[in-house]
Formats: sequence, structure tokens, C-alpha cells
Amino acid sequence: MREAAASNAHPSARSPWRPPSYWPFVLPAVVTVSAVIVFPWVFTLWMSLHEWTVGGSSSFVGLANYLRLPGDPRFADAVVHTLYYTVLAVLLPLVLGTVSAVIFHARFPLRGFLRGIFVMPMMATPVAIALVWTMMFHPQLGVLNYLLSLVGIPPQLWVFEPATVIPSLVLVETWQWTPLVMLILLGGLAAIPAEPYESALIDGANRWQMFRHITLPMLAPFLMVAAIIRTIDALKSFDIIYAITQGGPGTASETINLYLYSVAFAYYDIGYGSAIAVVFFALVIGLSVLLLALRQRTKWTEMGGAAL
Amino acid sequence: MTLRAILDRLLLMVAVIIIVSPALLFFIWMLSLSLKYEVDNAAYPPILIPENFAWQNYVSVLESNRFPLFFGNSLIVTGTATLLGLIVGVPAGYGIARMKATRSAIVILIARMTPGLSYLIPLFLLFQWLGLMGTLWPQIIIHLVITVPIIIWIMIGYFETTPMELEEAATIDGANRWQVFRHVALPIAKPGVTVAFILAVIFSWNNFVFGIVLAGRETRTLPVAVYNMISFEQLSWGPLAAAALIVTLPVLLLTIIAQRQIIAGLTAGAVKGG
Repeated sequence: MREAAASNAHPSARSPWRPPSYWPFVLPAVVTVSAVIVFPWVFTLWMSLHEWTVGGSSSFVGLANYLRLPGDPRFADAVVHTLYYTVLAVLLPLVLGTVSAVIFHARFPLRGFLRGIFVMPMMATPVAIALVWTMMFHPQLGVLNYLLSLVGIPPQLWVFEPATVIPSLVLVETWQWTPLVMLILLGGLAAIPAEPYESALIDGANRWQMFRHITLPMLAPFLMVAAIIRTIDALKSFDIIYAITQGGPGTASETINLYLYSVAFAYYDIGYGSAIAVVFFALVIGLSVLLLALRQRTKWTEMGGAAL
Repeated sequence: MTLRAILDRLLLMVAVIIIVSPALLFFIWMLSLSLKYEVDNAAYPPILIPENFAWQNYVSVLESNRFPLFFGNSLIVTGTATLLGLIVGVPAGYGIARMKATRSAIVILIARMTPGLSYLIPLFLLFQWLGLMGTLWPQIIIHLVITVPIIIWIMIGYFETTPMELEEAATIDGANRWQVFRHVALPIAKPGVTVAFILAVIFSWNNFVFGIVLAGRETRTLPVAVYNMISFEQLSWGPLAAAALIVTLPVLLLTIIAQRQIIAGLTAGAVKGG
């Protein structure tokens, strides 16, 4: 704090109009970010080129860790699971988030309070939620199978069956993260002017036509932002999957993130784990950039920029 | 009101009930599970409101001698990481906004995209090498990965919108950079600091992945402790649900109380930790 004052007394004495340096404000953050964020990136890259075990020795192996990846069936499966999970966990919240945003855009009593309830799933502690969902998924005692029985659907095995485990986990993820999509789109709806709707009404358009030809195109930039954020988060999803299934049954719900965890912290194969981390990181960045490029092609508005 | 308008109203209310009910019913069911004895939790068809409330589920969790330890750990980790995050992040947000160096915030965006596990491997080795394992420091330091980016990101946005005129006037009156920041810029940006604080606390409190690797028997935070309850100690649902509710209750209360700030922060930044 003292340095901030000292370093800046000097230049202002010489020329009062020169914009003084703001570096003292930023410096602690630069140091912190370098230490806990940039250093791990660089060190991960470095480790990925080594045969490395915890407490043991390390030796340079070049790209050998990366070359192991294509021949690793568990990694290939994990990629497939991750993509399957991500596609579902992006599309469902986007659709439901759009519907909820349109509903919450209307005026009704207790709107603020109900919006607070609606947002609660995304703020609640994921592990705590996962625990309760696990109980609800229970084939004999779980409440979900009881609810299904009320509408005449036979009981499911949910997360205890390889075929249904990923959709079941996506159900939890969708329940948890639809609110974020809703909030982003609600901001978008608030920014749409009233005129297009007024002239559409005069032209005798019905509600669906107005939604399809006015609301949806105007929301496109916000939908893209929501899609990007959802893609990043769905790819990275860990807590829910780990706490509910730990990647099981077998490896049926093992995503890249889960496999990475096993390799690094169950088998302590740090070098190989780092290589997976690098590839995973590249996948997340790659998909985000792809969607960003797509966003440039969708109609860009000033309001859309404000959401990211 | 025409019939059409009344029908519209009714339809809207039904739609609202339908979209809010998954969240509402889930938390009600969570509460119900936590207040039932084993017999009632195993009943078919399921019982929503039992005849006898099992308050002892809560008592047994709160009275367990380990609970205060884990609660304290969570409080120390989240508290310290948020405080350090504010000390580092608020001035940084100010500096970046004033230098118009918003491009540098791309680091924050990439940090947001990076999977939490990629930080964990190198930092885990570093903490081992420094001999910090077994203390709370590894978790405090790694939680900075969550708190610092959220705080910087939100503060850049706030300081960009605060007017420059007052700051210029203060400078002409002879105030130095630090005084301008402390007495002019900071008071105006106070709502932003509140938003940044709340979000940092929530995402740090909720974090699980850093804890499962870095926490030892004595240094578990609450989410890790609850997870360990499932796998090792506890199999009956009542106490488990009670523990889960206790862990997430502070966050849920904060969400309800500070709903407007949280929504403002999330829509402005759309950031999430870990």
C-alpha cells in the first residue's frame, strides 16, 4: 500500500497530467495468478513430457505419454462418454432454460421469490445434492421410481445400469444448471425492444410466430453465450459424477475428467495424467473457440457482448 | 377482464408452478428425508411427512465430535481464500479497468475454462515438496484458483462503469493514487465488492474436487466430510440427508437473502469456480 503511494508521487510531481501508473494495484494479482494459475499450466506441460511418479524419480520421455493415448481403450471410452454427456447436458438446459426465461420474463406475483427458488439448485453444494439424488435414484426405495409408477412407467435402474447412467446424470446436471441458462437469457429478453412485437401484433402474428421470428433471433447471441458456458461446464463436470457413480457401473460413466482423476490420484501416474490434462484442456479450449467462431456468425448485438 | 385474459393468467401460473417445482420439490424431499426415521425412509409408498420427526438425525450430526472440526476447516479455508482474494483481486480489477488492459483478462477467461484437476496435479506436487500437506494451507492456496478470478472479473466490470470525474477531481486536489482508490473509487464500487464476496464464498464453500485430494483426516472441509460419510461411516439415509442439508444450508440461505446481488453477478460475469 505504501509502495503504491511512493511509486506514484514521483511521476505526478514531474508532469501532473501524465496518467500515473496503476501497476502497484495489479502487481499482487499478477504474482498470485502466476503462482496458482499460470505455473500449474506450464508445469503440467512439462510433466506431460516425463515419466513421473509421486515421490519417485522422473525421466524425460518426450511425447511418449501422448502416444499412449490413442491406444488406451479406457481413454477412448472416456472421450465418447464425455461427448455424449456434453451434448445432452448442453442441449437440455438450453431448451428448458429458454422456456423458463420466457416464463420468468412475464409479470406475476412472488416473481422474485420464485426466481430465488429456481436458482437454488445451481448454488447448492454439489456433493450434498448428489447425495440426495443418489437416494432418489435408488431402484427399490427411491422416490423417482415411485413417481414413475404413478404414471404407469415401469421402474428404472437409473445410475445403476450402464445404459441409463449417463442420461440419469445429465438429468441431475440439467436440474442443476438450467437456472444459469435461464438467467443469461432473461438478461437477453430484457434487452429486446417492444416495437417489433407491436408491429407484429398489428400484422396479426400469433404468439408462436412472434417467438419464432422475433424472440429467438434476438436471443441468438445470448443463446450462444449460454451454449459456450454450458459446453465448458459440462465438459468439466466432476463433482456430480464422482459423488454419484465414481464413473461406474464399471466405467460406464467415466468421463475424461474422472479418468484423469484415477490416473493421477489413484494410480499416481503423474506424467500420463498430465498428458491427459493437456489434451483435455485443448479439447475444452478448442470447443469453446469453435463456438465463439460460430457466435461471430450469428447476429451480433451490443447487448450480447454484455453477457460475457 | 376478458375470458381470454383470465385463461392466459391461469396458464402462466400453471407454467410457473411446473418450472419451479423440480427445484422446490427436491429441497422439500431433502428436508423430508432428513427428518425421518429409518423405517419411514424405507417405506413404500414413500412418506412425505412422517408421524414422528427424527430430530435426532440433526442432533447426531451436530453432536459428533468431528463436526466442529470440519465446519471450522470449511470456515477457515473459505474465509481466508475469500479474504486474500479480495485483497489481491479488488485492486487488480481497479488497475486493469483504469489501464484499459481488459485484454489481460483473457487469462481469467482461460482460467475459467481450465478443468480444476489440471491445477491439482502440479500444485499437489508443489505442496508435497514444500511440506505443507497435513495443514490447511494447500486448500487455502488452491481455493485462490476459484476466488481470485471471480473477484477480478466482477471488479473489472464494476470499475469500468464507475465515473472517472470524481477521481480526476480528487487527483487535482492532491490525492495520490492509493488515496483516490481507497476514498473515491472503492466506496462507489462497494456493491460490486459485495457481489464478488458472495460469489467467491459460495463457490469456495461448495468446492469438492480440491478437498478430496488435498485434505487429510484432520483437514477435511464439510463437502469432503459428507462424501466420506457416504462411503465409510453412514449408511442410513436420515442422518446422511441431515448432514447434506447442514452443509448446504449456509449457501442456500445466502442465495435467498442475497438473491438480487447473486443474479446480478452471475449474469454480468457468468463465472463459476473450479
